[in-house]
Amino acid sequence: MTKSTETAGATTSYLRIFERFALIVVWALLILFFSVLMPSSFFNWGNFAILFASYAPAALLALAIIVPLTAGDYDLAVGATLTLSSCLVGVLNVWMGLPIVLCIVIALSAGAAVGLFHALFIIYFRIPSLVVTLGTTSLMTGIVQWMTNSSTIGGIDNSLIMAVVGGRIFGIPYSFYYAIAAVLVLWYVFEFTPLGRRLLFVGRGREVARLNGVSVDKMRVGALVSSGVIASAAGVLYAGTLGSADPYSGLNYLLPAFAAAFLGSTTILPGRFNALGTLVAVYFLGTGITGLTMLGIPLWVTNVFNGGALIAAVTISQLTRGREATDIG
Amino acid sequence: MAMTSEEMSNDPVAVETLPPTLRLRNISKVFGATKALDNVSLDVLPGEVHGLLGTNGSGKSTLIKVLAGYHSPEPGGTLEFNSDNVKLPLRPEDFRRLGMSFVHQDLGLVPSLTVLENLRIAEIALAKGGLINWKHEKAAAKTILERYDVNIEIWRRVDELSAVNRALLAIVRAFEDVRRRSEETGKPGLVLLDEPTPFLPRESVNQLFDLVRRIAEQGSSAIFISHDIDEVMEFTDKVTVLRDGRVSGQAETKTATHDDMVELIIGRRLEKTTTTKTASTAKRTVLAKFSDISSKTVKARPFEIGKGEIIGMTGLIGSGYEQLPYLMFGAQRADAGTVQIEGQSPIVLSGLTPKAALEHQFALLPGDRLEKSGVGSISIFENMLLPGITDYSARGFLNNAAMKKEARRLGAQFEVRPNNPEAPLGSLSGGNAQKVLIAKWMKRNPKLLLLDEPTQGVDVGTRDNIFKALRAAAQQGMSIVCASSDAEQLEAVCDRVLIFARGRIIDELTGARLTKDEIMQACYGSLSKLTETDRSQEVIES
Ligand SMILES: Nc1ncnc2c1ncn2[C@@H]1O[C@H](COP(=O)(O)OP(=O)(O)OP(=O)(O)O)[C@@H](O)[C@H]1O
Ligand SMILES: [Mg+2]
Repeated sequence: MTKSTETAGATTSYLRIFERFALIVVWALLILFFSVLMPSSFFNWGNFAILFASYAPAALLALAIIVPLTAGDYDLAVGATLTLSSCLVGVLNVWMGLPIVLCIVIALSAGAAVGLFHALFIIYFRIPSLVVTLGTTSLMTGIVQWMTNSSTIGGIDNSLIMAVVGGRIFGIPYSFYYAIAAVLVLWYVFEFTPLGRRLLFVGRGREVARLNGVSVDKMRVGALVSSGVIASAAGVLYAGTLGSADPYSGLNYLLPAFAAAFLGSTTILPGRFNALGTLVAVYFLGTGITGLTMLGIPLWVTNVFNGGALIAAVTISQLTRGREATDIG
Repeated sequence: MAMTSEEMSNDPVAVETLPPTLRLRNISKVFGATKALDNVSLDVLPGEVHGLLGTNGSGKSTLIKVLAGYHSPEPGGTLEFNSDNVKLPLRPEDFRRLGMSFVHQDLGLVPSLTVLENLRIAEIALAKGGLINWKHEKAAAKTILERYDVNIEIWRRVDELSAVNRALLAIVRAFEDVRRRSEETGKPGLVLLDEPTPFLPRESVNQLFDLVRRIAEQGSSAIFISHDIDEVMEFTDKVTVLRDGRVSGQAETKTATHDDMVELIIGRRLEKTTTTKTASTAKRTVLAKFSDISSKTVKARPFEIGKGEIIGMTGLIGSGYEQLPYLMFGAQRADAGTVQIEGQSPIVLSGLTPKAALEHQFALLPGDRLEKSGVGSISIFENMLLPGITDYSARGFLNNAAMKKEARRLGAQFEVRPNNPEAPLGSLSGGNAQKVLIAKWMKRNPKLLLLDEPTQGVDVGTRDNIFKALRAAAQQGMSIVCASSDAEQLEAVCDRVLIFARGRIIDELTGARLTKDEIMQACYGSLSKLTETDRSQEVIES
């Protein structure tokens, strides 16, 4: 039995509002901190523009995580799916000469297929999602190494690069706006559609959802497939950002993306995985890593920061959720 | 004779020779804006069975949870146990050391663990040298279950158990803890039972009362929370009544009447509900005909449900009646059987899903509030309006404001307190959560409403209002099935009651025969009523 922390009433509603925006405040403080240390190199719009664009794939990846997480399933394979997708684009476009649009369609379909494969084992054979997606991570990583001969493939069709980083709005490359578009779509689905509410019940109480007429299995399959597709889209964006397909670096995004998913659930709509909160969290973490890197702090600190952020984020999100009493007594 | 707390303090009889086992003074607990407990003081004497009564949300469970170290009380209160001063807030491990044990309203079992693990959870967690001797644990668990005459497989996962067996397991665990503890220390213990009986059939309730009497004879005490006044009258020595978190009265059970108790709890007398029961079955048009429903333990002959009819289903523990709502809704898969709705072609029950049942305008209120009915961490309004949520979507956007407004209206109608639709369902008291879940299905206005123990945990006043609401809905044409072990409830609301034994319908009570006593008699007489053909058939089947 866990110690319960009580629900706030009217008197503490200010605290509630503060809680919703606490992460944004902390983010602002972090920016202030680095700006004071590096007034010219950190605190300029060009730096932020790069930050916003370079974390766009990570933002998509975090969104890919929260969809099945809301439905109660973990998808650890989003990092590997991102890599698979960007390498598919590389191999098909550069080595086999397929037109870029077709490559993208194939990459996104591959993401959907990954989601279906997960669903088969998780829902049909009832294997825990952590196990299945951990397994497919290794599986896909192996396939990618075979497919690419473990080499980076440069020379991807310029039109993809142009579409992703070829132009800027307010100085920020396009890729950032793709991530924003995805955030808005998911925010809409989670907050303003019956589908989003049903998904929430599926994640929190499968039997309750079923007895209220929700098609639990279909919803879970849908969530896993969406996750695969969004992760592949992140892969396409990544390939476009780099202009090449890299069989290794995609997995580096996994940890910050997970941390962002959990940290995001402590803000904007505390206690729920939510798209806007996730976006805030991604850029909060991105700011931390960028700032530390610019301070010339060695690479290992980044790993420590990512790992620490993940544990801290999950802990805080547990506390936020624990406060919403889970037992009916 | 009932009296208020002020009268109590001047009462010369209150001077006792034995020091109380439990002595609470000035316990308060605040949740946000709610004062769940407001300066509560309470004495429980050795060997006393002390009833704790009060309407839904009056603070009973909160008091129990303070003693379990689950909630921290506000500073200023004191607790003495066997005359020792105990520091508040209690730590979660304190109650064991002191000799208290609990059956919580939500039972407090771990659903994903086995019966064995749940029974021996403390011993397993504290295993010497970190090694668990499973052979020993297994033997110990078996002995315990035998000692209490309870027949449950120890390797079963708790979430696979029936509600009755789950309750029994929680009860056995609590009594075994107190027995062992007071054996070790030689001091009296205290069992705290927070509504342990709503799931229990009569014979298990008797078993429970025997257990309590046995430990009371040895000097231990019990605190017993229940909304069933008859049980309280039968079995407690003294009662304390809470209202809005304050002690509003106390009474010696011997000298109080049933009506005194009701008045102490809700502050007024209840006039006997004279429900208008309408036309007999013959005159009704048929809504649905269920034919040959069967599962592993149920083999029910065909029966019809008339429009606007309320049918009760009851029987002894394990007789199968409690499965009927689930089989009829497709929540639990039937092996065979069909349902024919309003003369249309029959639907095969084994293929019926809850989703399809809802499309036929059936609705099911499960008995298991926590696992099946609602999600505690999600808000009240979302829980209430989930089934018809698409109605609140206009031009592609869910109208959250309209949902909250509707939930507030329903909350007021069904007396949900506090009526704050945005609060998580889990922050409500048990009875108030039940009201939310009843409101949810009544609002859908289904053609056939299937209920499993609908008024469990609901206080006497509200229970009466729910009965009235059910009767009113039936008048408007809603058909209702009510599976319950509560004969009084069946008498109050039903037009017809089907009695089950060994999965079969063995009797049907209507009209003048539909009384509490007849229902009980039919249940207990059920075994002898099984005809010889039934018996021989069972032999062949098994
Ligand atoms: N975790 C919580 N957060 C916020 N409010 C709570 C919480 N637990 C209880 N309350 C509130 O405290 C009050 C007392 O609740 P409690 O559960 O003690 O009632 P109860 O007497 O056990 O009622 P019931 O007979 O319905 O079980 C209620 O108003 C309830 O809403
Ligand atoms: Mg209670």
